[in-house]
Amino acid sequence: MSTREVISSGNDLAAMAAVDAGCMFFGGYPITPSSEVMHTISDLLPKVGGAAVQMEDEIGGICAAIGAGMSGVRTLTATSGPGISLKAENLGLAQMAEVPIVVINVMRGGPSTGLPTRVSQGDVAQAKNPSHGDYKSITLCAGTLAECYTETVRAFNLADRFMQPVIVLLDETLGHMHAKAILPTQEEVKKNIVPRKTFDGAPEDYKPYGVAQDEPAVLNPMFKGYRYHYTGLHHDADGFPTEEIETCRKLIDRLFRKVDAHRDEIELNEEYMLDDADILLVGYGSASLAIKEAINVLRDNGIKAGMFRPITLWPSPEERLEELGKKFDKVLVVELNQGQYYEEIQRCMGRKDIEKLTKTNGRPFSPADIIEKVKEVF
Amino acid sequence: MAFNYDAYLRTNKMPTLWCWGCGDGVILKAFIRAMDKLGIDKDDMCLVSGIGCSGRFSSYVDTNTIHTTHGRTVAYATGVKLANPDKTVVCVAGDGDALAIGGNHTIHGCRRNIDITLIVINNFIYGLTNSQTSPTTPRGFWTVSQKAGNIDPTFDGCELAMAAGASFVARENVSEPRKMEKVLVAALKHKGFSYVEILSNCHINLGRKNKMGNAMANLDWIDSITLPKKKYDALPEEEKGNYLATGILKQDEEAEEYCAMYEEIKKVHQGKRAKITPDDFNKKL
Repeated sequence: MSTREVISSGNDLAAMAAVDAGCMFFGGYPITPSSEVMHTISDLLPKVGGAAVQMEDEIGGICAAIGAGMSGVRTLTATSGPGISLKAENLGLAQMAEVPIVVINVMRGGPSTGLPTRVSQGDVAQAKNPSHGDYKSITLCAGTLAECYTETVRAFNLADRFMQPVIVLLDETLGHMHAKAILPTQEEVKKNIVPRKTFDGAPEDYKPYGVAQDEPAVLNPMFKGYRYHYTGLHHDADGFPTEEIETCRKLIDRLFRKVDAHRDEIELNEEYMLDDADILLVGYGSASLAIKEAINVLRDNGIKAGMFRPITLWPSPEERLEELGKKFDKVLVVELNQGQYYEEIQRCMGRKDIEKLTKTNGRPFSPADIIEKVKEVF
Repeated sequence: MAFNYDAYLRTNKMPTLWCWGCGDGVILKAFIRAMDKLGIDKDDMCLVSGIGCSGRFSSYVDTNTIHTTHGRTVAYATGVKLANPDKTVVCVAGDGDALAIGGNHTIHGCRRNIDITLIVINNFIYGLTNSQTSPTTPRGFWTVSQKAGNIDPTFDGCELAMAAGASFVARENVSEPRKMEKVLVAALKHKGFSYVEILSNCHINLGRKNKMGNAMANLDWIDSITLPKKKYDALPEEEKGNYLATGILKQDEEAEEYCAMYEEIKKVHQGKRAKITPDDFNKKL
């Protein structure tokens, strides 16, 4: 893979990634600590003929973005936790109507207004089910500056592949971190763009939602002669409202299966010094930076620790976690919340005797926090 | 030769789910005639609706259609239009949709003066959900959420739209289908945000409990509270509160349209012109 070096921040890198991935529309609303995504993309999109609009509120931001997505272009919104709460209903419409959209959430301390300028990983549980009803979320979580770029690119490709929203979790630490990142070149990104599937048969044969039970809808761009209907209501193969019992059952079943049947295309993890480790640390996002540093120090002191880091948080890496749960007696989960992913790890490993180190005061972990905890519990 | 509505309808979705005698069907027909008169290609339009009886409007027209969440039509349409500035984008919303839950988007769509036509079907009530008070329900009317009589002041959507900056504002009465068609033609032709309020009947969920339980009685009541703009303007100030003016209430062809201005933004970022400054606007800031 050909690469390049840039010096930038996580928020700016996410904006750059969107445009490099072919995004042509942004709708958003200012919110700390994600606003720089909007600032940067507002300069980049008009340059390539796209459009960025600051809407009147968070809801308007995602609605405009989904509207653009329905018309066929790659589309983005960016926000922080309170904004996701406001956008939730329309995220549900994008799940139901199968509209691809990338949603960046630069996490800050919550609940409510919380700690706007400080870091948290408190929106991990929210990202799984932000809206009411049953559907299957896809959520990616950047753990390095470079991943603010690469995971945003991956999110656009996954959104078009699975025709649904993809949430990219950054956090205040990564969003505002400014340093060197090694990125794939723009040509490399463009080469790997996988656009959404389209139907090119006769319009009268077009059934946008009439697809195999483990595949997403095939939604052609608007204004090309395939006139169809988007709705948040339960709908039939043609996209029109229905309450027919079997059709309703199959629709929700398909929203799950299209993700579950293709987990291998979505799952992405990092394993750090796991092969000879005695202690398993599990963490994700910016917390993993402190975990890695802690592992290096622990190893200098003769304690063999390693890290498992899910980069795709939802759907969770169930099988790998189950294997690791059998292999390691000593497991410590490290996250900047009260244990939102800890519960998922317990579920996947099928055991409760797992340690956790949590923090919800708006401050990042230092390696010393983790080293101390490891020495205390193991 | 009779007008061929079928050419614009999804005929397999007929009959509509609207009640017998509902004004929505009359508005649908007037809208289709306006489309036809302007020669708008079905492929080149996007029709966006919200939630409520009016929300089903989009599913009947054979064009690119979106049935959105409650109140968000203008926000969705803004995304469609900015991403596709050469296409015709139309919203259909109810009074609760556009003026209550979606009020903020209505205000800011008007303010941006983006080239979208917003048709607000105002039947003075939440009809689909069985008669709750809407922002346009007259004071003293029975509603299911205010059975003692509505005490909430009544909202004038056209005044709101004009104040917020829409460059085309009109109101028409559903019992005047030809006038309605003309107003819709003018609105669709207009380059800028067009707010068109159609006063319509809901004899089922407004009328029955307010002594106008059939369509004709409900329409007669609408007639009794409307006056064409010329006559309305001639009224003494103290009587104006009893009526709603109909016809084209505002038409400003000079106001800057948002997508056109956004093209200038693109030029700035593409190095084709200098930055936009207050001097680029002919109006006061």
